[in-house]
Amino acid sequence: MNVLAIAEQKDGSLRRISSEVVTAARSVADAIGGSVHALLITPAVGDAASVGRFGADVVHVATAPAYDADVYAATIADHVRSGDYFAVLFGAGGQGRDLAPRVAAKLDVPLATDATSLEVDGGELVITRPVYAGRAFATVVLDAKPRIVSIRPNTFRPQESERTATVENIATSSVPSRVKVRETKAASGGRVDVGEASIVVSGGRGLKGPEHWHLLEALRDALGPAAALGASRAVVDAGWRPHAEQVGQTGKTVSPQLYFAVGISGAMQHLAGMRSARTIVAINRDPDAPIFKIADYGIVGDAHEVLPKLVEEIRKGH
Amino acid sequence: MKIAVCIKRVPDTEARIRIAAGGKSIDPAGIKFIISPYDEFALETALRLKEAQGSGEVVAISVGESTSGEQLRSALAMGADSAVLLKGQTSLDGLATARALAAEIREQNVDLVLLGMKAVDDDQQQVGPMLAELLDMPCITVASSATVENGSVVCEREVEGGIEVVEAPLPAVVTITKGEYEPRYPSLKGIMAAKKKPLAEKDAQLGSHRIEVRQLAPPPDRPPGRIVGEGADAVPELVRLLREEAKVL
Repeated sequence: MNVLAIAEQKDGSLRRISSEVVTAARSVADAIGGSVHALLITPAVGDAASVGRFGADVVHVATAPAYDADVYAATIADHVRSGDYFAVLFGAGGQGRDLAPRVAAKLDVPLATDATSLEVDGGELVITRPVYAGRAFATVVLDAKPRIVSIRPNTFRPQESERTATVENIATSSVPSRVKVRETKAASGGRVDVGEASIVVSGGRGLKGPEHWHLLEALRDALGPAAALGASRAVVDAGWRPHAEQVGQTGKTVSPQLYFAVGISGAMQHLAGMRSARTIVAINRDPDAPIFKIADYGIVGDAHEVLPKLVEEIRKGH
Repeated sequence: MKIAVCIKRVPDTEARIRIAAGGKSIDPAGIKFIISPYDEFALETALRLKEAQGSGEVVAISVGESTSGEQLRSALAMGADSAVLLKGQTSLDGLATARALAAEIREQNVDLVLLGMKAVDDDQQQVGPMLAELLDMPCITVASSATVENGSVVCEREVEGGIEVVEAPLPAVVTITKGEYEPRYPSLKGIMAAKKKPLAEKDAQLGSHRIEVRQLAPPPDRPPGRIVGEGADAVPELVRLLREEAKVL
């Protein structure tokens, strides 16, 4: 039995989340003595063999124009039916969240989303996933085959090897596409979503107003393209920032490598949404703010004073 | 136009979550329960669609135990015309929930199904698209708005890097995120009226639950952190720690 990794490309190269999905698939396949197959649906094939670097033995490539949930889900489901898969892994990014439930329903099997760990125990796939936005973790097994799972971004560290995958073309399923895109309005200039970013710079009420967000933007820019802006619920409710940036139980749950909480005191539902970040830095004027209890590093001080210096120091190292 | 809104009873987002004895579920003692916030946005969207059209019907549907009747009454008080409680136990297996909802929605013969893009307890984000598959309807996920024109639903949705405007022919399923409108509070008149609105109870046709919870545990503790210092003077030391100790820069 094999493991299927659903891979995504952006502008012709493999997305980071997909390198994580293939890496996770490799570890599951090794535990069951199987191979890793990746499935890539893409407008232009590009460098499909490079998926092998993260552990794929075979890459199945289907070509399709722009993303269409009906076509993509049917293509994945048809491919899964034709193979003997122990598990099918998606990335829990925007596209994976849209597709995985459709594929699971088509195959009439359950789906576990947002896995933070995968282990094979006695031939069974044991999945750990957060509930209540990370305030508890459930360990679950799926009583079905294949086991369909999406993995939480930034949780499975990509591992590269010398492997080269063989590439096989497969047919794209022909189903009517029912949802039509009328228009795309670029709001954030194609930046990585806060849910997938490996560095998050979040701001709260302590910034005192939306006009001071340039301070956070400067820090994000200094940290490079893997960084994204986040926001507390208070500032989203106040209309300072869009809901798409909200981190917490009523926003996005994030697990980046590095999380900056600036002027965020740390309400329970915010802490739940970011406490699984690898390293947390808090900057707050109030030394008693709850955020300092879970931060690895804290600076007591005013964002207006600390952030420009932080940008300067980070830029020095580059 | 008939709109079904699926709602879920969940613990309040500020509630303290404790693991129950047995280590497989949470202890509901002392917890306040609410309609999952995204489902409230879905209900608000449905009520606005009905108001904009000047006619129509909104039916609120929930899968849950009899306590979920409380949330359905709140939905009726907000303005839903009728409600159906599909009695049964929900689980992490969203496909079971979707099956129960699909069976009811087929009978109701609706034009549009709205539900929150996720429930804030299990956070699986799966019931909406699964329901659409079971009903063989098109599905738009994570929509921040929904309007109906010429037999189609038109939505704005969050995508990486911006907002997409999409449309799908009715009947369709749309999962809703926070948009322009806050959910309304039930008026006193609404609360009184809700008492007389129909709330049907049926057994949920969940089928089998195929996700077994082996354990529910609190999150791992984070190691104690430290205050590096005060003000801008502490920044060089912070950056050194991030580079050399945490190795994240």
